This record gives sequence, C-alpha cells and structure tokens, in this order.
Amino acid sequence: MSGFLAGLCVAVLPLLAAGFWLGRRTARPRQLGDLGTPVEHATFLTLHTASLAAPPLRAGLTEETARKSLRRLRTLLGTDALCLTDRESVLAWDGVGEHHRTQLMERLGGPLDSGRGEAFRLRCEEPDCPLRWAVVAPLTVDDRVHGALVACAPRESAVLVRAAGEVARWVSVQLELADLDQSRTRLIEAEIKALRAQISPHFIFNSLAVIASFVRTDPERARELLLEFADFTRYSFRRHGDFTTLADELHAIDHYLALVRARFGDRLSVTLQIAPEVLPVTLPFLCLQPLVENAVKHGLEGKTDKSHISITAQDAGAEALVVIEDNGSGMDPERLRRILAGHADASGGGIGLSNVDDRLRQVYGDDYGLVIETAVGAGMKITARLPKYQPGVHPQGRLPTE
Amino acid sequence: MNENYAVPAVALVVVATVLVGAFGLRISRTTSDFYVASRTVGPRLNAAAISGEYLSAASFLGIAGLVLIQGPDMLWYPVGYTAGYLLLLIFVAAPLRRSGAYTLPDFAEARLDSQGVRRLAGAFVVGVGWLYLLPQLQGAGLTLAVLTDAPDWIGAVLVAAVVVATVAAGGMRSITFVQAFQYWLKLTALLVPALFLVLAWQGDGAPSHAFDEPATFREQRAVRIEEGLDLRLARPLEVVANGTVDERDYTEERVSLSAGVHHIAPGTRLTFAEGDPVPAARSDGTATSGEASIATSLASEERPLYATYGLILATFLGTMGLPHVVVRFYTSPNGVAARRTTVVVLGLIGAFYLLPPVYGALGRMYAPELTLTGDADAAVLLLPDRIIGGVGGDLLGALVAGGAFAAFLSTASGLTMAVAGVLTQDVLPSRGVRHFRLGTVLAMAVPLVASVLVGGLPVADAVGLAFAVSASSFCPLLVLGIWWRRLTPPGAAAGMLVGGGSALVAVAATMAGYPGTGTLHALLAWPALWSVPLGFLTMILVSFATQGRVPPGTAAILARFHLPEELSGGGAVRAAVNVKETET
Repeated sequence: MSGFLAGLCVAVLPLLAAGFWLGRRTARPRQLGDLGTPVEHATFLTLHTASLAAPPLRAGLTEETARKSLRRLRTLLGTDALCLTDRESVLAWDGVGEHHRTQLMERLGGPLDSGRGEAFRLRCEEPDCPLRWAVVAPLTVDDRVHGALVACAPRESAVLVRAAGEVARWVSVQLELADLDQSRTRLIEAEIKALRAQISPHFIFNSLAVIASFVRTDPERARELLLEFADFTRYSFRRHGDFTTLADELHAIDHYLALVRARFGDRLSVTLQIAPEVLPVTLPFLCLQPLVENAVKHGLEGKTDKSHISITAQDAGAEALVVIEDNGSGMDPERLRRILAGHADASGGGIGLSNVDDRLRQVYGDDYGLVIETAVGAGMKITARLPKYQPGVHPQGRLPTE
Repeated sequence: MNENYAVPAVALVVVATVLVGAFGLRISRTTSDFYVASRTVGPRLNAAAISGEYLSAASFLGIAGLVLIQGPDMLWYPVGYTAGYLLLLIFVAAPLRRSGAYTLPDFAEARLDSQGVRRLAGAFVVGVGWLYLLPQLQGAGLTLAVLTDAPDWIGAVLVAAVVVATVAAGGMRSITFVQAFQYWLKLTALLVPALFLVLAWQGDGAPSHAFDEPATFREQRAVRIEEGLDLRLARPLEVVANGTVDERDYTEERVSLSAGVHHIAPGTRLTFAEGDPVPAARSDGTATSGEASIATSLASEERPLYATYGLILATFLGTMGLPHVVVRFYTSPNGVAARRTTVVVLGLIGAFYLLPPVYGALGRMYAPELTLTGDADAAVLLLPDRIIGGVGGDLLGALVAGGAFAAFLSTASGLTMAVAGVLTQDVLPSRGVRHFRLGTVLAMAVPLVASVLVGGLPVADAVGLAFAVSASSFCPLLVLGIWWRRLTPPGAAAGMLVGGGSALVAVAATMAGYPGTGTLHALLAWPALWSVPLGFLTMILVSFATQGRVPPGTAAILARFHLPEELSGGGAVRAAVNVKETET
C-alpha cells in the first residue's frame, strides 16, 4: 500500500509541474473584450496592436524587424498592402501586389529627399490587382530621412493619408528610441574599457624604490623582488580575456604582497585561509588585488604598530565567498557610501573599491556587489560573492557589453 | 551487536565529519606557504573526494546483501558502478570541465544558451537527487535499527539533521577534504574487518561452498520471520516452528514441510538444524512497514537476462548524470586534470568494490538466514560479531558501523548540496545565502518525509532507478551536447522530457507495484534499455527538425569544450611564467 502511495506521489509530481508550467505559459492578461464602450474598446485594441509592433522596431530598421512589425502595422491601418523601405530598397512588403516594389522605389526618390509625404497613382498591367493608389510617409530621425512607410489602396482616401502620416510618425519615434539604445550600448562599452583594471602608479614607484634600496645591500633579494615585480606586472598588463581564475588572482596577490612586505617588513602580517575547491572559480581579472591593496593601505594608515590582514575563500554552494579583512583605521560608513556611489574622494582613496564594485555588478548583476563592513577605528571587512558559473564568464571570455 | 561500541563509533564519525568540514581549510601564515595554499586541488585528492561522495549506502551495505541473497550474478552491480566512470572519462570529463559549468543546468545553459532547457535540467537534477537520497536515509534507518533497536526513522532523521545542520550553517566550508576523508574512512572500515574475517574464515578451514546452491545452515539457528513470506522448498524439510505455518498454529513443535510453497505468518520463529538448506523466500506482500530493505525486493523476483542488460546500461551511462558527482569535477583546475582525476577515481572505486562481495560471500556461509528475515543489507554489519565475536568482533562491528554512517553522510551531504544549489538558483525566488539554507532544508525534507511515510518501499530499486533516470535524461544531453554540433534547445528539451520522463513514469509504476509480474514488469523495473535509446533518438530527431534553432556560436563553444585551455587562449602567459620558474 505504501509503495502504491509512493508511486502515486512520484507519478503526480511531474504532472503537477507540467500543469503549472502550461498554466504559466498559456496565462494571458485578461481579455478586454467586454470592457468599456465600443470606442474605448477600439482604443484598447489600437494601443495593443501598436505595443505589439514596437519591440521589433526598437532593434532598428532592418529587413527582419520591418517584416515582423509590418504585419501588426497593417492591421492598424487596414490597407491592402503596406511596405517599409530604407533609402535604397523595399525592406518588407505585407499584403498583395508585391510586383509594385520596383515601381514604388522609382517614385520614392522625391519624398525621400524632401522628407515630405506624397500620394500618387499606381499604374498596373494586371487587371485584377487592387492597388491603384499609394501614400508615402517618410520616416525621419533627427531630421534625417531613414526610409518611408508606403500604404497602398484601391482608391484615394484622405483618411488613409492622415493615418499613414500618424503611423509613420509613431514608427519614427520607435526608431529614435532604437538609436538611443545603441548609443547607450556604446556608452557602456566605453565605460567597460575605462573600468578595465589598472594597477596604481604609486605602487610601481614604491616598488621600484624599495628594490633600488636593496640593490647594494642585498642584491639577491633585489633580484627576487624584481622577478616578483615582473610577474605581477606581466599579469596585470595582459590583454587577452577579461577574466581569470581565483588561483591566478591569488598568485598575483602573492607577488604583490611580497613587494609590499619588502617595504614594510614586520609591520604587516597576512593570513590566508583557502578552501581549495573554489580556486578554479572564474572572476573578473584583477578584482581582488585592489581589495588587498586597499586593506594594506588602511591597515598601515596612521598606525605605527603591526597590521594584520586576513584573506579567506570559502565554498558556499554554487558560490564562492571571499572575505578580506584588516584591523586598520577603518572608514566612516558615510564616506564609503559616497565613494561607492561614484563621487571621487578628496584623498583619492577608494577608487579601487568602487571600480571593483562596478565591475562585479556589471558581470554578475546588482545582487553581487561588494559588502563592506567598517567603522572609524574598527578595521574593514570586505566580502565578495562569486558565482561558480555565470553565462559567458570563462577565462578566455570578454566582459558582456549589454 | 554491542551498541556500547557502535554508538560511540557513529558519533565519532559524525563529529569528525563536522570538524573536518569546518576547519579543513588550507591555512597559511607566512610567505613561503602562500603559494602552496593557493595551489589548485590535485587529481589524487579530488579523486578521493569524488569516490568518497560516490560510495553510498547501496555500495557499502547493498551489494553485500545482494550477493548474499542472489550469488555472484549480482557482481554486475559493482562492475556497473565502476565502469560508469570509464564512459565519463572517455566522453565527458574534460569537455565538461572546460565548459566552466558547475552543475548540470549550468552545462545546459552554457551549451544551448536556453533558460528553458536550464530549468528542465534543474527539475531532473532535483528528481534524480531525491530518488537517490531516499535509499541513503532508509539505509541509515536500517543501520541504526540493527545497531541499537531504535525505530527505523531515527537513523534517517539523524543523518538528515546532521547534513542539514552542517550544510545550512555553512559548516562545509571545504567539502573536498571532508569527502576525501570519508573515502579513506569507508575503505578502512571495510578493509580492516574484511582482513580479520578472511583470517577467521581461514582458521575455520576455509570452507568454499559459498555459492553452492542452495546455501546451508552451518549450525542450528532460530530465525524469526518479521514479515509474512512464502518459502519455496526444493526438498522436504523438518523444522521446529513456533507460530503460524500454512494457517496452522504451532508451539515449539517439529513440523515436516513437504516440497513446495509454504506460507509463514509474521512473527513466526523457525529453528533450522545444522546442514539444512536455506529455503528460497518470497515476500507475500503483507509487509506492514518497517524493515527498510535495500536488497530483498530484488531478491524475490526472477531476473531475466534483460534485467541484467538494463542494469548494465543504467549504471554505465547513469554515472555521468549524477548531480553530486558532476559538481566535483569543477574542483579540477583544467580539463586534463579532470581526466587524470577520473582515472584515479576508477582505481579507488575499483579497489573499494573488491570488498563488498567478500562480505556477501562470507555472509552466505555464516549468516544465511538473513535471506529469510529481510535484513540481508545488515550482513556487513552483523558479520564481524557472527564470525569473530567477543570484544574484537564488537570493535570491528563498530568500525563497520562508523564506515556505513560515513557512507550515508557523505553521499547525502553531496546530494543535498547539489539539489539545494539547483533549488536556490532556479526554483526559489531570489538569490542569497539565506535562500541556500532554505534550499538545503527543502532538499532534505522531501526525501525524509518520503522515507518516513513509505517505510516499506522497495528502495533498492530507487538507486537503480535514479541511475536509469539519469542515464535517459542527462547522458543524451551531455554526450550529444559535447559531441554533436547540430543539437538544438528544443531537441535537448524534448529528448530529456521523453527519455527521462518515460524512465520516471516507469519508476513510478514500479514503485506503485504495477504490474506485479511478467515481461511488462521487467520492462518497467529496468527502463534504461529502452528509455536511453528513446532519449537519444528523440533528441536527435527533434534537433534535425529544428535545425534553424542551433544556437549561434555553437562552433566556438564546442571548440572551447574540446581544445586544451592552453590552445584556446590564456595559456601562453602561463607557459612563459613556467619557463621563468625553471630558470630561477
């Protein structure tokens, strides 16, 4: 009996899941059929059709987007044939009488140059072709004519001229929005290039200075440090891929700390706790080293006694948890908030933090920003959550641009 | 069995697991060991972790029980469980690692760029995970019941509580060391007692009639029948009965049973004399609840050749789709390391599986009555006491019990983490650490409730069935996803639904006890033989029908799967660094 029950449960579960899924897929916003007066109903219908035509156009004017939106637009105008052109050719034709394509393009030269609408007769050899008359409405974006909307009908109609003009204006607005989308994408790309990790120039000066100080007293040490410096700069100047693994990033941090230790000696101690299974996690290139650099700076700031930094990487299900903690002077949370919000700080501190925060959000989404716990005099604890898998994130990958 | 030793042993295993999980991080305080601490996991450590996670209750207790009841035919189980890694090695390991996927849904998304396929794969991960968790919990119940006479559900609740507490509280900060530790613990727990048992067997004159048909009692033994069953006798047999046999009550009377089938009522005690053959038993279906048995359901039915092929196919192809195994490959730093790891896993698991059949064979000689009481799975636990006895036997028994609990804990925690990961990412609304805890509780609660509610379920099949579902859904997805560039998202979804779905339906029908016998029953109880080709075929045909929807960038993705990391970029610098290191 209990076996039967169990079997029943196993059998019913997938059915329930399938039903749930089907329900979600087929659920539509409630039909508006009986809502309001006939006029209101017509308005709803028009707005709905227009909203369906909008998404393809938002990707710009191409053959595919024109074809997808035309079907909706023709129901809006109720004509026998409707077509969208760019400046050279007909992009898509919806409805009857496609043999008019070339004839139309010949007649479009004028309206496309002047940017003014026009209506003209169509000559047709075929006796049963219903198209005798065409309305041209140009599509203009920023005062430039991008193409035209052409509606064809059996006879002249002032209503159609007016309606075609309005629809063309609506399409133009959508195309303007598409332009806007494009420039936004370009802006983000430019931002990403600007955000690309950089090592701080101060670090290079300081490192070279400390190596120079060892050259005479301890040439062997100086040579080792130079090699560490070479390794670190090679890592940070590399140009292939925007991602790295946690193991490689930790090696870079190791080189970095070797150079810092040479400068500060016993004043700085570092503890590392690593769960080895998170070492292959892929993460944006140079996004932990700035945090360590920040911890070093804060740990030693205004203190003469010893400073301690601990770096922990733990396994947490589908994520890795990286915690970097120092016992330094800490920071006023209000000031930190301003830095993370992108307001440059007078002392220049914290640029690394906001850069890392921006890049983590860029790659993993807004849920994955840095979590920073600090107060004046209480040290600072920075937690970064790194998902083990994120689409497009692999050591050879590039940062997403959308 | 002396619980004074066994209970501390189990407690020790639990505490050690929690401690290794919480503090098993690599710690470095000085400059020199920083580099060592941040070095990725080598193939040997990772292989031990994979083996530790993989060797479950079915391996630790179930195989010995099956061999005890059915003899050497059952050796296909360990062979299949091991050989699955061979196919994993050849077809999947390195490309899967290079795909960067952590879980199977991740792989589906990385390869097919489709949220729909990702969710479907997630649903199957949860299904397979729950099917696989069920026998772990029931095995734990059985072990604790044998050790301490506690009710069956205590063991299941104990394992569930320990796993949920450590996983949800973030105690498993480093699961690799825990699982590697569990592997060596399990191996020790079987190997050391096995050595002593074999020595004792040698001292006993090395009787070698283990697989003589039928097994015989070596001494006078009283057997209490907990569940009603039918005994099939090949020859007439005389026993002392106390209870109800063939509807007649006896009190300590000698009964002559003729050849044929006899019905024994629950609670009856039968005493067999030395040299009597062990009768074949068949459960009469009046099982009230209780005795969670990993082996008996299989023992009672005839196994056609077809069933063996079904088993082979399911275990060979199912291993690559086990959610808790797949996530461990992420720990390898690159594709080559993933392959090396798999080779070592083959060795480690192969070595382990030599041991359970030894227990099965010895059990057939020294504890043959286990076939009658439905406790065949307890053979591994009972043998040390039975053969060696005294304090030594108790200590060895405690060691085995600890190992068995390690088996439940490691597999259950691995499965729970895998299922919880999918629940957190794809089912529960938003992401976050708190949701992972919720996911953990949910991942464990469902199989726990199922195991408590349907105690008498033939769970043995649950492991086989989990393998069958995995083989019919994930095997086509992985193999075609890695090796066939024309796979499309609708094809993958349809293949998983048809293959895995039909296997799941067969599972449900078998569990519900329909139909009881015949060819159809065999087809449903061992679905892999038809559901795997069905899954492959559907995936291929639907992909052909929807060639327009091959994801863009497939060629680049497949190149990344198959080229060594050094060639697909990123390696040049590392190679240069290595050159420098050799110079210094």
